Amino acid sequence: MNGRGGLWRDALLRLAANRVACASLAILMLMIVAAIVGPLLLDYRQDEIDWAHMAVPPLTAEGHWLGTDRLGRDLLVRTLHGLRVSMGIAMLATLVSLAIGVSWGAVAGYLRGRTDALMMRVVDVLYALPQVFFVIILTVVFGRSPATLLVAIGAFGWLTMARIVRGQALALREREFVEAAIVGGAGTARIVTRHIIPNLLGPVIVYATLTVPQVILVESFLSFLGIGIQEPLASLGNLIADGAVEMETASWMLLVPASCLVLVVFCFNFLGDGLRDALDPRDH
Amino acid sequence: MLAYVARRLLGAIPTLAVIVTLSFVLTRLAPGGPFDEEQALAPEIRANLEAAYDLDQPVAIQFGRYLAGLLHGDFGPSYKFRDFTVTELIASGLPVSLTIGAAAIILAIALGIPAGIWAALRQHRLADRMVMSLAVAGISVPVFVVAPFLALVFGIWLRWLPVAGWTAGRPGDLVLPVVTLALPVIAYLARLTRGSLLEVLRAPWIRAARARGLAPRRILLAHALPAALLPVVSFLGPAVAAVLTGSLVVETIFGLPGMGRHLVQGALNRDYTLVMGMVIVYAALMIALNLAADLAYAWLDPRIRRERRL
Amino acid sequence: MSGLLELRGVTVKYTLTGGSRRRELTAVDDVSFTLQSGEMLGLVGESGCGKSTLGRAILRLVPLSAGEVHWQGRRIDRLRRKEFRGLRRELQLVFQDPNACLDPRMTIVESVAEPLRSSEPGLPRAQRIARATALLDEVGLDSELSDRYPHQASGGQLQRAGIARALILDPRLVVCDEPVSALDVSVQGQIVNLLARIRRERGLASLFISHNLAVVAGLCERVMVMYLGRIVEIAPRAALLPAPLHPYSRMLLDSVPRISPAARRRPVAVPVATDPDAPVAGCAFAARCPHVIAHCRSELPPLQARPDGRLVACHRAAEWPGGLPPATA
Repeated sequence: MNGRGGLWRDALLRLAANRVACASLAILMLMIVAAIVGPLLLDYRQDEIDWAHMAVPPLTAEGHWLGTDRLGRDLLVRTLHGLRVSMGIAMLATLVSLAIGVSWGAVAGYLRGRTDALMMRVVDVLYALPQVFFVIILTVVFGRSPATLLVAIGAFGWLTMARIVRGQALALREREFVEAAIVGGAGTARIVTRHIIPNLLGPVIVYATLTVPQVILVESFLSFLGIGIQEPLASLGNLIADGAVEMETASWMLLVPASCLVLVVFCFNFLGDGLRDALDPRDH
Repeated sequence: MLAYVARRLLGAIPTLAVIVTLSFVLTRLAPGGPFDEEQALAPEIRANLEAAYDLDQPVAIQFGRYLAGLLHGDFGPSYKFRDFTVTELIASGLPVSLTIGAAAIILAIALGIPAGIWAALRQHRLADRMVMSLAVAGISVPVFVVAPFLALVFGIWLRWLPVAGWTAGRPGDLVLPVVTLALPVIAYLARLTRGSLLEVLRAPWIRAARARGLAPRRILLAHALPAALLPVVSFLGPAVAAVLTGSLVVETIFGLPGMGRHLVQGALNRDYTLVMGMVIVYAALMIALNLAADLAYAWLDPRIRRERRL
Repeated sequence: MSGLLELRGVTVKYTLTGGSRRRELTAVDDVSFTLQSGEMLGLVGESGCGKSTLGRAILRLVPLSAGEVHWQGRRIDRLRRKEFRGLRRELQLVFQDPNACLDPRMTIVESVAEPLRSSEPGLPRAQRIARATALLDEVGLDSELSDRYPHQASGGQLQRAGIARALILDPRLVVCDEPVSALDVSVQGQIVNLLARIRRERGLASLFISHNLAVVAGLCERVMVMYLGRIVEIAPRAALLPAPLHPYSRMLLDSVPRISPAARRRPVAVPVATDPDAPVAGCAFAARCPHVIAHCRSELPPLQARPDGRLVACHRAAEWPGGLPPATA
């Protein structure tokens, strides 16, 4: 384990030793590939109506592995599409909040003093707002498009990231190894790139991993209520809402998308916890 | 302590002001007016409608009138429910929402904290593992999955409880909504109580109490629990937020005529005044209950209590 | 005459925020001394007396509130940051906590080699690593440890690395800020011996900061005693140990571990935040001094030279020209 990147390789080895996290990662990879490729390989399109097989339970009709809904649409295809939409929005929103949060937090933590106080005041005020309700207002005002949803969720998602990054940046600046680098003659640019950022990266990766399932939950929550992703576009949320309506006669319509959602959320959380353990060298 | 209360109360006012202003400004940013979706209104009818809702005035005046109304408890007319004012809708929904919300919180405290204590006292044993696995599930599975699932199992398959409805507070109608809302809070409380109690039990002053020969029961009840429950109290604020957010789903699924359902309806209808009014009431509730939780914490924590008095 | 390093009236104040009033804490108060080329000068005082702040102020890790720092006759405290960076290779620091002063995400040899990046930008990586490895060998760090990360090494090993990093630029002065106080007692002696050997072999000057008079007396020819931000006595080791002139120096000497439990019970001085508008008058040590007189409480004793060249800041020092005897329990 020589040279640069060695620490990351150690972290990877530790992650590899964590069975739950590895299984979660494998399942997530599988689900992502399935969500992207699956609908292309299956025989049905997501809005295609199979007049001969309406509301059939899983494994009973040829080609409909997970059954069909009330309109005869293939549930597997629709769930994969829903997964694609939900994950896509979640990852994009996470990227948005990552970009805003990291730069906001890093600038505040680096400049310190009055600028920092002002910038963090903004975060505090936004934090005090009931976020879900403001996302609802935003979707009411700007329409229920995936883009609105993305912006509305991203608009709040960056707050915690900004706090984490700022706290880290502030703490890192005070750390002795930064002073040691200054004494060694390092300039600001190298201190930031060689010492601050590499030490920030761990918590940022962990928190980003844990943000994805949160965004999935908020988006599905809104889509479930009918305020998020709209038919005919499928999202895990509106599929669950459909299933809830039909659950008396077609419980699989609820159980399939619901288990898919729960599985994704579980896997992201386990992966995030595993990354947290793997990336912190001090605990080992 | 009094100064602390006063400062926290004053601190809540700007937050509320920001919420009111922001929701007002956001709804006025909306492209097009609220009546655009109606079929081709005659210009004079449209003008009359807009005059009736103050929409022909400059935004500053609209805001001023809205604020003046708010101070009298008047949230303005609903754009879509033409026969009701927003205030009437809030008045009809609030008792329902508060009932299930309060019941859920009480249920969560009654079950979550004892479960956490039990798990902590049986650390690494079967009971602990069971409680903690259930807690992880309770935290990870969202309300909008739990609610239909419980309805499916207990309402449809087992037929023990009504699936939906609200017959003037028939207790059976409340069971599923309250349990659904309480589950994630129970899970959080159990996990938090367990972690906090385990930490306290390992603290040197508890070991010292044990070394002095105090009875285990007394150590737990008189020394460990009061200290361990402090972080649990501070979680009640976020718990209230979770319950209020969850109530949107629960009221929609179980068909309860509460504020959450009005809010969802309003959002679906793009009924700005209704959504705004509901959001303001929800926000005010959250701030007030958060404040109550913080004050309870400050009052219970001797360190803060003393310090503030000096 | 000007030495290698000369401080004149150096003062460092911290502003305390929080609370209703702005308050100031004077960590270093009007400190002046000269360090000669190749000299090892000790600085002792209790925890919190400002000795670390003084070390940091010399290296510009803490801004001066007043005073001047001269390096080889040239004033350096007013230099621009870029200009000062050129001086970094002459002035180095060994940190107190070897665990905290190495980046946890770099291997030990990378950390040691890092200063070469700025002092010799053209040097290829392989050569930087080779120089660092050679130096790590010189300070007695096992070569197989050099590719490890800080969390994989012990405190003593890390402090050897910290010393190597301070030496890699071949400086003329190394400020050692409590370099052994974070280490196990069994390792402290090894590191002290290492520092003595390096100093002997390389002939570099050092300001050695410690709260442990025994360690300082073992290494340094000349010792400064600091109390609450002020230097109260500067004397050659040979003169200070048998005959301290300042009552605080006497107290420090008396507290060097002995069997008697009474001697171990020494009160600790804590710097007090003061109102900048109402400075405290008199000698800071008056409250603890067994020889205190009324005059001590009203007027600050200046650091004055005696005919024999020793410096002391005490109104009554003239009363005991042969030094203060040990306190009788």
